[in-house]
Amino acid sequence: MNSGLLYALTGVGLFTLGLNALIMHAHLLRKILAINVMGSGVFLVLVALGGRVPGASPDPVPHAMVITGIVVAVSATALALALMLRVRAATGKPRLPEERQE
Amino acid sequence: MSVADRSRLPLVSRGVRLLLLALAGGLSYAVLSLPDQRVELSDQVSANMAASGVHNPVTAVLLNFRGYDTLLEMGVLLVALLGVWSLGTAVAHRRGGPGPVLSFLVEGLVPMMILMAGYLLWVGAAAPGGAFQAGSVLAAAGILLLLSSKRLPVRLVGRPLRLVLVLGLLAFVVVGVTLLSVNGIFLQYPPGLAGGLILFIEAAATLSIGVTLAALFLGGRPDSDT
Repeated sequence: MNSGLLYALTGVGLFTLGLNALIMHAHLLRKILAINVMGSGVFLVLVALGGRVPGASPDPVPHAMVITGIVVAVSATALALALMLRVRAATGKPRLPEERQE
Repeated sequence: MSVADRSRLPLVSRGVRLLLLALAGGLSYAVLSLPDQRVELSDQVSANMAASGVHNPVTAVLLNFRGYDTLLEMGVLLVALLGVWSLGTAVAHRRGGPGPVLSFLVEGLVPMMILMAGYLLWVGAAAPGGAFQAGSVLAAAGILLLLSSKRLPVRLVGRPLRLVLVLGLLAFVVVGVTLLSVNGIFLQYPPGLAGGLILFIEAAATLSIGVTLAALFLGGRPDSDT
């Protein structure tokens, strides 16, 4: 196993941990953070797989995608935080209302 | 939460954890079993580097070979900012200026960061760097200024601010449409002009990215706007 694969597997781990937090926590800030952790995992997988052939120069295409992806993720996070603040202002709670049938 | 719910919850969360573990195992298997030979993309990139106008393959992919993607990503940034602005005006900042440490730092750091952004933009043609990195540094400088309660003068908030925000997308589209009318292909740079055009687009994009990210940090429309 070379270091590129190790980074890629770490990315898979980060993605799964983030998904776990996204499902388990109701607080919207935690959900937003969880999505960011998932995104970091995806970026790590992409960058690591771009350089997984030892000796060859890294593939620039996934690197270019990750560079723009990071900036887009930051702006999407900002939009999500603004939406969260609106939800809190409207309902008083920073979480989505729960669906209860009974 | 009722008593029945409380006793059921650990079981559900255990099930979710098991599913997630299975997902992680599947993804790891997918990563490990990827074939060694890659799609020929990186070979194509290195074969066409001479025509790209820059020496850094990542910049060549971003601004030349996949210019479309980057154009649309500038659009995404703008849409995110529109979303934030449509949700309300900026949160009123706290009164009282910054402490002595912060203002000292801001005075020292912000000029250095602007210089750094210019350097990153220029060096992106040949080494790691480029519009997105330079724009991020510029945005950090802007956020430092916002944190120390500095705001744009009111006369700059309206049209001048909006012009800078759309500058990157505008430069991209103008270059693309001009080339479309000259040689019939959108964003197909002539090899002799490619370097200059890329630098032009990147300079505009750097400004837009920096200002957009700093404006996103504000969390709403600038207040003098309404």
